[in-house]
Amino acid sequence: MPPTVIKIENLSKYYRLGLIGSGTLREDMGRWIARMRGLPDPLLKIGEKDHGNRKDGQIWALKGINLEIKQGEVLGVIGGNGAGKSTLLKILSKITAPTTGSIKIKGRIGSLLEVGTGFHPELTGRENIYLNGAILSMPRQEISAKLEEIIEFAEMSKFIDTPVKRYSSGMTVRLAFAVAAHLEPEILIIDEVLAVGDAVFQKKCLGKMGEVAQQGRTVLFVSHNMNSIKSLCTKAVLLESGILKNIGCTEGVVDSYLTKNIQEKNNTNSYPSGYIFHKDVEASNKDFDVIGLQLLDMKREPINNAVTWEPLIVRIHYAAKSEVKRGSITVLVKARDGTKLLLCSTQPDSGVPLHIYPGVNSIDCIFRKWPLTGGLFVLGIGIAVPMVEYLFLDESICIIHTEGRDIFNSGMVPVADRYLVATDHDWEL
Amino acid sequence: MQSTENKMQTEEPEWTQIIEPHGHVFDLKLKELWKYRDLIYLFVHRDFVAQYKQTILGPAWHFIQPLFTTITFTIIFGKIAQMSTDGVPPFIFYMAGIVIWTYFSGVLTATSSTFTGNAGLFGKVYFPRLAVPVAHLFSKLIAFAIQYIFFLIFLGYFIWKGAGIHPNVWVLATPVLLLMMAALGFGLGMIISALTTKYRDLTVLVGFGIQLFMYVSPIIYPLSTLPDKWRFWMGLNPVAPIIEMYRYSYLGAGSIDLAMFGVSFIVISVILLLGIIMFNKTERTFLDTV
Repeated sequence: MPPTVIKIENLSKYYRLGLIGSGTLREDMGRWIARMRGLPDPLLKIGEKDHGNRKDGQIWALKGINLEIKQGEVLGVIGGNGAGKSTLLKILSKITAPTTGSIKIKGRIGSLLEVGTGFHPELTGRENIYLNGAILSMPRQEISAKLEEIIEFAEMSKFIDTPVKRYSSGMTVRLAFAVAAHLEPEILIIDEVLAVGDAVFQKKCLGKMGEVAQQGRTVLFVSHNMNSIKSLCTKAVLLESGILKNIGCTEGVVDSYLTKNIQEKNNTNSYPSGYIFHKDVEASNKDFDVIGLQLLDMKREPINNAVTWEPLIVRIHYAAKSEVKRGSITVLVKARDGTKLLLCSTQPDSGVPLHIYPGVNSIDCIFRKWPLTGGLFVLGIGIAVPMVEYLFLDESICIIHTEGRDIFNSGMVPVADRYLVATDHDWEL
Repeated sequence: MQSTENKMQTEEPEWTQIIEPHGHVFDLKLKELWKYRDLIYLFVHRDFVAQYKQTILGPAWHFIQPLFTTITFTIIFGKIAQMSTDGVPPFIFYMAGIVIWTYFSGVLTATSSTFTGNAGLFGKVYFPRLAVPVAHLFSKLIAFAIQYIFFLIFLGYFIWKGAGIHPNVWVLATPVLLLMMAALGFGLGMIISALTTKYRDLTVLVGFGIQLFMYVSPIIYPLSTLPDKWRFWMGLNPVAPIIEMYRYSYLGAGSIDLAMFGVSFIVISVILLLGIIMFNKTERTFLDTV
């Protein structure tokens, strides 16, 4: 078993809310004098409760994180905004200190929270390679040795002696990433830096990262791009409001993250039977809104989930407060990573005219042969004036379960982990 | 099995670093700083190269500034106000004070914006924070060297003219004086930089604070013109004996007051120590408040 290279024990970090912005000496003195005299804080807004020791004013960006990372692991860190991902990376990179707990590290850490940190616009590309490299703790000889390689990777040999301020933003980023990619720490920490550059360069970076991982180095990778997490990471951690929610194989953690939001939004148990989404018309304050989604079979009987290659009817109940003579309804089905798999619209795709009347109406979208394999998919609905604007759009309104079936009579049930769409086909010798 | 277990146990405590909520206040991490000496060199290089890109006069600015200040002082304080300069030609008298004062104020100004001026950089990558002010220490030293050579040229000219200037053996103390000036600028700068992360008011204060500080230091007047009842207060100004000694060693005018020098040494040590403590305390979490 490979040795542990990072050991995080009971790590917490709290930030004080609201107090930070008000940091002028006069206000702090006023607060301090008031406290000495036992008076309430003079700067609190009236009606706001004084929280004494200010426990309420704290936000725990991280709380009680315990984590062990082994050598050679490529760990993806995922979670919504404010989940504490960046805080964790900042503490690991020694940018800010934790409130409690400790991290023990074995090996040289290189962290890339941003590409091009410390680039100086007046200096040339070459000078900036040295400067940036030194900031990332690369010794001078190492940079000199790799200089040609870096310039080549960035595809910049022509402009390397031009001041960086004359570069386009894409060029700057390419140069910056080239430096970063040639950093050779034992542990690499990366925050979303792949979200830059054009598609070709991104691919190149991903390739480089894969290489790094294969060399047996440990990588911690934060990203919102689930595809890159899935393709790079051997293990993933899900953070939620500063708490470590899930840890395990990448697929499982990513899936639980992607479906969690929607499932949390929709408490399926409270829906009338046969509905996969429902809300009261009264609860809606939008001009156009979807108030219910039902799955039905061809006999118009409600069913709980779709079945691969079986007919499926999605009944959309929608409410409108005004009339739209030429409207359109769109049904969208996405994979869990957000890839759009199916899109069916009355207009412009199908050419079915739709007059939306004020009040509550419904429309059926009929799939004669549901093409998706077994697993969870995300359903989205849009109400639109076709080609003009969306009156309502929720790209992930609810989850649609598909039950896999042995459609080819092979004893294998097609599931979404293997492939998403099943199509009728033949083989010929 | 047994052997692998033993191996695991022996491997366990070999952590290369441990991140904990609180560090040691006096720990300057000089070892780590030494590892980053390339970075310090590059910062100095950056400061120097970038500062004068797209300027016509380039590094010439380093001696134009003190030269013009000296000329201005000579005209205003020397000719118009006719203030005493201990019998030394006013030009070289003012220049001596300005050159060493510029080093001090340069270090102080640069160090005091360490945190606020580099928040973006510090927020993204770790390196010993001290590298930034230390780099300033060196880049200001280079600027001082240029001005110093310039000063020596003028000094030579005045000696050649026979203006009653007598450089003496105390010239050898120049490095000590510089070190004390650097330590004071560095210490004060660190205190201010630590405080500005919370109180931005201080950034405003630094600019004109230094100006006021110059007037309460014997730059434009010799200590000898000071009334006796004020001398005690001047004794508390750690800059005063340094400038006085600097001028005495090169110009032969003025006095050396070793008691004042001792006080200055103590005050500077205390400020430097306080600066280090505050810098170290701030360094770890300033990003949360900046």
